Amino acid sequence: MNNIQLSYNIERRDFSRAGEASSNIKKALRQLGVNSATIRRVAVATYEAEMNIIIHSEGGTIGVTVDVDKIRIDAKDTGPGIENIEMAMKEGYSTATSEVRELGFGAGMGLPNMKRCADEFSIESSKGNPTKVSIIIYQ
Amino acid sequence: MLVKELIQALDLEVIAGIEGEDREITGVYISDLLSWVMANLQAGNVWITIQTHVNVVAVALLGEASCMIIPEGAEIDENTIEKANQEKIPLLRSKLTAYQLALKIKEASNLK
Repeated sequence: MNNIQLSYNIERRDFSRAGEASSNIKKALRQLGVNSATIRRVAVATYEAEMNIIIHSEGGTIGVTVDVDKIRIDAKDTGPGIENIEMAMKEGYSTATSEVRELGFGAGMGLPNMKRCADEFSIESSKGNPTKVSIIIYQ
Repeated sequence: MLVKELIQALDLEVIAGIEGEDREITGVYISDLLSWVMANLQAGNVWITIQTHVNVVAVALLGEASCMIIPEGAEIDENTIEKANQEKIPLLRSKLTAYQLALKIKEASNLK
């Protein structure tokens, strides 16, 4: 079987459509017959990736590759990059503005939640550069 | 317990998404931090939150909540109502606080 690829553009600060890409990914996986525990992990990871791109970046993309034995998620943005990845990975640490926090975002749980859902997790970023997060979930 | 039975038992105001009233309720989750909800809401949970902007519908859908209850009669954004109707997820409201709602749900159901 060939793998199946999905790709979504995410606009910066587009809160009105937030969650749309992850909802569409979830629907697609359900149609493909992926088991619900795996779908749940992919849904959480892609939702957090989508929100991170909307809240913190200049915009980006989320790609999902579905293979027989695994699902790969690639979230990429166009910057401005994370200054301190170690801090960003800590639960409760957030650089979100108070405005965003009032909406219930910016809990500092985004990257930790993504990592928790992943069997393999990698993040590449530095100040002034794009951020790239790759996740593999075995099914 | 089904969402429609909960609506009746607690006299909840139906704001949107009534088509989803036959969903089974598995428990209750209360939080306003969306990432926290994403990580911890269990499928079939009633989700009680004071957040009423449109993104709560996406979180409820992704987390597979049975319904959402907005406590304390809080105002709800128009596009949230539209989205909940579109996605057929019950959006309910009550004058009670989240705590009072939780107590009433426990009384009305056999949920732990």
